[in-house]
Amino acid sequence: MTDALELRQSIVSRKVRAIDVAENALRRIESVDPRVKAFLSVSKEAALAQARRVDEKVARGEKTGPLAGVPVGVKDNLCTTDAPTTCGSKILANYLPPYDATVVRKLREADAVILGKTNLDEFAMGSSTENSAFFTTRNPWNLDCVPGGSSGGSAAAVAAGMVPLALGSDTGGSIRQPAALTGTVGFKPTYGRVSRYGLVAYGSSLDQVGPFARTVRETALLSEVISGHDPLDSTSVDQPAPAFLERLERDVRGLRLGVPREYFGAGLDPEVRASVEGAIANLVAKGAVRVEVSLPLTEFGIAAYYIVAPCEASSNLARYDGVHYGHRARGYEDVVSLFSKSRKEGFGPEVTRRIILGTFALSSGYYDAYYNRALKVRRKIQEDFNRAFEACDVIVGPTSPTAAFPVGSKAEDPLAMYLCDVYTVSTNLAGLPGVSVPCGLTKSGLPIGLQIQGRAFDDAGVLRAARCFERELGLALPWPSLT
Amino acid sequence: MAIDRKTVEHVARLARLQLTEEELARYGQQLGAILDYIAKLEKLDLAGTEPLVHPAESSNVFRDDQPRPSLPRPEVLKNAPEKTDDFFIVPKVVE
Repeated sequence: MTDALELRQSIVSRKVRAIDVAENALRRIESVDPRVKAFLSVSKEAALAQARRVDEKVARGEKTGPLAGVPVGVKDNLCTTDAPTTCGSKILANYLPPYDATVVRKLREADAVILGKTNLDEFAMGSSTENSAFFTTRNPWNLDCVPGGSSGGSAAAVAAGMVPLALGSDTGGSIRQPAALTGTVGFKPTYGRVSRYGLVAYGSSLDQVGPFARTVRETALLSEVISGHDPLDSTSVDQPAPAFLERLERDVRGLRLGVPREYFGAGLDPEVRASVEGAIANLVAKGAVRVEVSLPLTEFGIAAYYIVAPCEASSNLARYDGVHYGHRARGYEDVVSLFSKSRKEGFGPEVTRRIILGTFALSSGYYDAYYNRALKVRRKIQEDFNRAFEACDVIVGPTSPTAAFPVGSKAEDPLAMYLCDVYTVSTNLAGLPGVSVPCGLTKSGLPIGLQIQGRAFDDAGVLRAARCFERELGLALPWPSLT
Repeated sequence: MAIDRKTVEHVARLARLQLTEEELARYGQQLGAILDYIAKLEKLDLAGTEPLVHPAESSNVFRDDQPRPSLPRPEVLKNAPEKTDDFFIVPKVVE
């Protein structure tokens, strides 16, 4: 699998045909996905038809989009009219949306070839894809390990060379953590930068769609395609999408890297620490400036997140009622038992747990003690970041406290799984952009990710800093072993 | 601290989730463990801090009130588990 930018160039200059690129990608999926299990569905016919359309456009000499003929995977919580959108849930097992998500429409307008829908933790709730109602995706670097989550299917598909680009969504780390665990680049844009229209809602004030790729340049390319104002999402920001790719290179000299001491405390795996510290030292040796900063609220991020996100989820997921679409139970007595049985049968344990938690925290008598308190902590977290950014351009640290962990190792302990996101949830609570870039491998050959967080709407600055790390580290990771 | 069975049952009813006895006990246990962890928020001094509901804190966004076509009815109904030509079917809700 070649770089998306080179692929497009080859296709529009007629060195290769989009149809051949699509067929190659489909063959790659056929040969490796039975082991990796990244895709919930593959849209072979639609992909080939789209590739043919691109070739015809090129042959006619028409202008083509920035992703002409480039294969893309799409997380299965993004609505597509021509493929089921399951959210990894039994409750939406046969759901075929009547509209495309705005980001999907933008992919089509960019002449991308959508190859299929990728696996996820049910309703994007999880950090391993083990919560998918259908199957667990495997980490291409070690098939006994998880790829992270919830966008684990997109991450694994890119890591295993099935597609050069994929879309995910990030509510508390669901793009960045799987990117870290699979040696890919994963970017969560500023809240409001990318339309959420057609992204099945989990935590509406936290959710954001973003790209996966193997390089920062490709990440910037896909970010550019999906960004921009959308009248169909009132929280999308009315600003033109910036040209991320054009101004991606910057001098590493003078780049102020904020290093929060709270990101290097207890719970951080020593190998991850050494790798991230090494990457920072590498850039400092080349002229970046290390600034010690403090984010004292870091240890409270998970607690605040696991109030805010489940509260929003309990409200958002009230729409699954067995009436309008989705699973409907048999043998109900009245309308309430129709709802209650359909929902019980349709939702898996983690989704049920979060609905219960959210409903509890919003219920009469607990609202102030939980929801309102969490929202105040949320403001404090945002203020923490604002203070830290007075002294630095970006904040850097580990993306995840550990490398990929074995399938099943945290499945019985919800809280242990939640703590995977200790460095990523605060970004969403504050609405900031964040990216994970590979910074090394563990001794056992598993990828390690470095996270870069930036000021709200400095998506371009975050991507530039990510490019600095990529360029200066010059990692050139091998392809994963797929064993 | 496990959350007692009655509370979980009440919350599950509010959320329209039909749970078994065993599930009520298990979710009560897990909810208790999560809330114990979340209790660390009580350590923070939040006096004078306003809740942050939304990162952007934007005010209402309005568009022009112009009529537009809705989704065609067959599209709206195509995913319904039970339907007639024009309607969703639900159990009788009024006597």
